[in-house]
Amino acid sequence: MSPSTDSGPAGSGALVEARGLTKRFGDFTAVDGIDFEVQPGESFGFLGPNGAGKSSIMRMIAAVSPVTEGNLTVLGMSPASDGPAIRARLGVCPQEDSLDQELSVEENLLVYGRYFNMPRDVIRKRTTDLLEFVQLHERAKDTVEPLSGGMKRRLTIARSLINDPDLLLLDEPTTGLDPQARHVLWDRLYRLKQQGVTLLLTTHYMDEAEQLCDRLVVVDRGTIVAAGSPRDLIAEHSSREVLELRFAEDDVAGAIPQLQQLGDRIEELPDRILVYTADADAASSVVYDTGMRPTAVVTRRSTLEDVFLRLTGRQLVD
Amino acid sequence: MASTVVHDQVAARPPSAPSRVWRVVEANARVYKRVWRGSVASTFLIPLLYLAAMGMGLGTLVDDTGTGDLDGLRYIEFLAPGLMAAAAMQTGAGEGSFVVFAGIKWRRTYHAILSTPVTVPELVLGHLGWAGIRVLMTTGAFAVVSVVLGVLSPVQALAAVLPATVTGIAFTAGVTAYSSNLDDDQGLPALFRFGIVPMFLFSGTFFPVSQLPDWIEPLAAVTPLWHGVELSRAWAFGTAPAWPVVLHVGVLVLVLVMGTFLAFRTFATKLQP
Repeated sequence: MSPSTDSGPAGSGALVEARGLTKRFGDFTAVDGIDFEVQPGESFGFLGPNGAGKSSIMRMIAAVSPVTEGNLTVLGMSPASDGPAIRARLGVCPQEDSLDQELSVEENLLVYGRYFNMPRDVIRKRTTDLLEFVQLHERAKDTVEPLSGGMKRRLTIARSLINDPDLLLLDEPTTGLDPQARHVLWDRLYRLKQQGVTLLLTTHYMDEAEQLCDRLVVVDRGTIVAAGSPRDLIAEHSSREVLELRFAEDDVAGAIPQLQQLGDRIEELPDRILVYTADADAASSVVYDTGMRPTAVVTRRSTLEDVFLRLTGRQLVD
Repeated sequence: MASTVVHDQVAARPPSAPSRVWRVVEANARVYKRVWRGSVASTFLIPLLYLAAMGMGLGTLVDDTGTGDLDGLRYIEFLAPGLMAAAAMQTGAGEGSFVVFAGIKWRRTYHAILSTPVTVPELVLGHLGWAGIRVLMTTGAFAVVSVVLGVLSPVQALAAVLPATVTGIAFTAGVTAYSSNLDDDQGLPALFRFGIVPMFLFSGTFFPVSQLPDWIEPLAAVTPLWHGVELSRAWAFGTAPAWPVVLHVGVLVLVLVMGTFLAFRTFATKLQP
């Protein structure tokens, strides 16, 4: 097999290259003709709400879901004809746990490594390193079932690294985990990124995307609505800061015309109003000076959540 | 830094297709290793209980007063090879039902396997290969118990093992195709209640199907188990089965092959949409 330094089609060097990539299930179009490429060593994200088509994209890249239309090249090969060779060099961390609950932590890695034809002693050595990396070495002999959600997810990541993959696919890696477990996981993924592993992840958490992604595409209803680094996306599609205001129900209608004068634009959400402005503190002072009486005021920096709201008119997490 | 986990010297030659089938068998064996004690004990206990209760207990009554035609066999002799095929069916159906549903829905382990170089046909064939080993454990235990109890000679027992084992694997294939196509688990108990248990009772295992009302008799004759029972009994005692051997074998092979190819399709639909 070709080494991991080989190039994609036409010498572009991309690990993943999609042109007009489309996935349909019957009449439903899950992915609607998208273009993107992922370069070696970068951390690339698909940000979008549930049902945007992110998992469908991931599954096509993982060579476990046939492409309906368009071109997709993964590690310079076609998923349609080279599925086993592609999967041999991928690491996959799926959204739902798929560990073997009846086996121990280390046996899960052993069995999985065998599917890649790795010799047992190589797997054992690697298992020691990987379990240490995901901080599960003390649980090596335990069965999987009683492990916490965060531990299971970390074990899944260790399992996905058993074959030293050229590309690691993470589908919603921290969904369903408590905040502390998420931070532990982010820390581990950040270390992988530092070690030069190419990460490809989907998420509907803007904080996850901001923490982990060098570059991301915003996905909505199967199409890409924006692409860039988190910082560039915010600069391009939002103001620097945001003033969040809550009002008593009777005061909302009266406040809106005045607020519209205050910043670049406003967004009315069911429970609060967002004012987009370069200087949220200044805008906040104006609010009080003009006699408005909000029940709660928050000033913050713009996030990818604001970018998504601006581009689609909807929130990432409902 | 101790936790550098990339760019080790990992042997990453992609495995060949036959070796990937074998990896699936190997993984199943590893899971079985955790439960083998209880499983092996019951594998020997079931034939012992059935042959003692039905063969010796009920059989004494049948042999003393029975007027039916058992081809000149004692009841327990009539019973043993057919029961071996029926037990193979139960093991085979068990390996094709809850195991498969768990792999696709409950535990999703099949999704994990297909994220590796293993393909759908390799997963199905490896699954059938392991089921074959499990069925062989059942039929082998049955043969041993039959010989120990003096019901069958070693040669007779061995002659029954082959058709009984093929019957079991055919059931795994057919039931795997069925289970992999289910959207919820309600269909699993239904399969046993309305399929496996009636077949166990009425496919010529405990009495010749000629004892059934005339209108039911053809129904029993089209169940795959009946063909396995007929073959096992005929091969054990060197008698002629109800139909030509090639037809009995043909039905079992048909179930095996069709079940396998249907499973290829449903696995691909469910696991790689």
